Amino acid sequence: MNASVYARRRRVNALMLAATAACAAVSAGVLLGILGYIAWKGASSLSWSFLTELPKPVGETGGGIANSILGSVKVVGLAGLMGIPVGVASGVYLAEYGRTGRFAFCVRYAADVMNGVPSIVIGLFAYALVVMPMKRFSALSGSVALALIMIPIILRNTEEFVRLVPGTIREAALALGVPRWKVAAFVVLPTAGRGIATGALLALSRAAGETAPLIFTAFGNRYWDQGLLGPIATLPHTLYNYAISPYADWHQQAWAAALILMAFMLAVNVAARVWLRPPSTGAL
Amino acid sequence: MTAAAGERFGDRIFRLSLAAAAGLILLAALALAVQLSWASRATWAQFGPAFLWGRTWDPVAGSFGALPFLYGTAVTSALALLIAVPLGVGSAVFLTELAPRRLADLLGFAIELLAAVPSVILGLMGVFILVPAVRAVEPELTRTLGFLPFFRGAPYGVGFLAAGLILALMILPYITTVAREVLRTVPPPLKEGMYALGATRWEVVRGVSLPYARSGIFGACFLALGRALGETMAVTMVIGNAPDISASLFAPGYSMAAVIANELAEAAGDAHLSALIAIGLALLAVTVVINGLARLMIYRLERRA
Repeated sequence: MNASVYARRRRVNALMLAATAACAAVSAGVLLGILGYIAWKGASSLSWSFLTELPKPVGETGGGIANSILGSVKVVGLAGLMGIPVGVASGVYLAEYGRTGRFAFCVRYAADVMNGVPSIVIGLFAYALVVMPMKRFSALSGSVALALIMIPIILRNTEEFVRLVPGTIREAALALGVPRWKVAAFVVLPTAGRGIATGALLALSRAAGETAPLIFTAFGNRYWDQGLLGPIATLPHTLYNYAISPYADWHQQAWAAALILMAFMLAVNVAARVWLRPPSTGAL
Repeated sequence: MTAAAGERFGDRIFRLSLAAAAGLILLAALALAVQLSWASRATWAQFGPAFLWGRTWDPVAGSFGALPFLYGTAVTSALALLIAVPLGVGSAVFLTELAPRRLADLLGFAIELLAAVPSVILGLMGVFILVPAVRAVEPELTRTLGFLPFFRGAPYGVGFLAAGLILALMILPYITTVAREVLRTVPPPLKEGMYALGATRWEVVRGVSLPYARSGIFGACFLALGRALGETMAVTMVIGNAPDISASLFAPGYSMAAVIANELAEAAGDAHLSALIAIGLALLAVTVVINGLARLMIYRLERRA
């Protein structure tokens, strides 16, 4: 009797543990499957001209996505110029001055709320804020949307890393008579610099993969862009347009674009991982 | 310490400019709600709250009701949770309780990377791999489970089922990562006590770890739900984009985020635009509430730990 109960408990144990192992294997396997499939499908249609040429007119095969790649660099770069300083500054504020207090609590709460807002809603906000008054789709409006997506991520990450700087370092500097702002800017910030830079890089890569907020802000363009106040093509958005198009040639190009985008995301994430292990899981 | 009487001039400038940056995010959050309310005022004035349970969406006739989109978002998110929660919690248990440290780190990183795959790339995989697969499986499901209303109808491939499956993939990393963090906070003495009584590993997981982490795991599920509700690209590409309400998971549908993505850039007039922004406002309200609940649950656990 006892022996059979024991055997049954061991069987249940083995079964359930195997099930959890299977869960983990499936989850990780999906990623490998995705990476492998994209590499396989994308590599066959990747070529030098794909990277350097403009799209061909509809109906002609061939052509490239050079304008989308450049567009993504511009839109994401501008978003970084707006988002990174604001995110880092507010993160430093929260860690250095705002450990307690009503204002700091509200800022933290607002950042958490903004972090959970779907990117398409952020896009709507940029649309109402920039596109509607200017009455035109523009790279600028896309950058505003992406900056708003980046700020909360950078803010929380910066706060976390600035908090990790030991108080003794601050005290040592203060004891030498260094003003508090110089301590924050020239002692604390560089100490936390690596973590902050990594966080900013991850936020940039997250923004680079966003499509939803760009559809009705950056809008897309089949030619080179006409500056930051006109519509502009971006890599994920072009990928989307090609994927839902009826042309087999565009489908091929969509896979190649996916390969480029995925390689970029992978490189950034692995580099961030190697360069620095985050104190917690970060973006959540 | 702040605003001390003797604060130096430089210190004050520095602190105030940092505070201004921090205030910007607060302002943005408020402006977001205000802007969307203002831009959708025409819809609320014309339809009132009935907009949310109106069943027809016909931009040409000027008749707007959001129910098909609310329904599609709810169904696909529920389906995604149904699939991703067991898978995610199972993975988290394996990673924290069973796997050797190095394997756990490696697998954990792979699962986190899944969160970094852009939505549009998952959508691409969805269009060319998942949808044909779903189309192939659907007749089989009808044959075996066809007595349920969920598994009837023509096998289009695109529809609620495909959207739910792809959403499950997208929220899986969030559930796994948060559940893993939470399971790590279980105090070892509790587990050791149970081992000392002769419990098996699984019994310890079931009797100690999971109950202890319950509120955090619920929090993880809510966080994932918040993501699922607002997920746009992958869903738009596989849900079929038809504003219909049907019990069958095989039927094409629509979601709140998808209709905004598809129709806003070429909205047919101001009324249409306003209605789309009204849907965005509803989506904002739902995600803020869901995320608020999630934070509450996770904070509660953190305080106990």
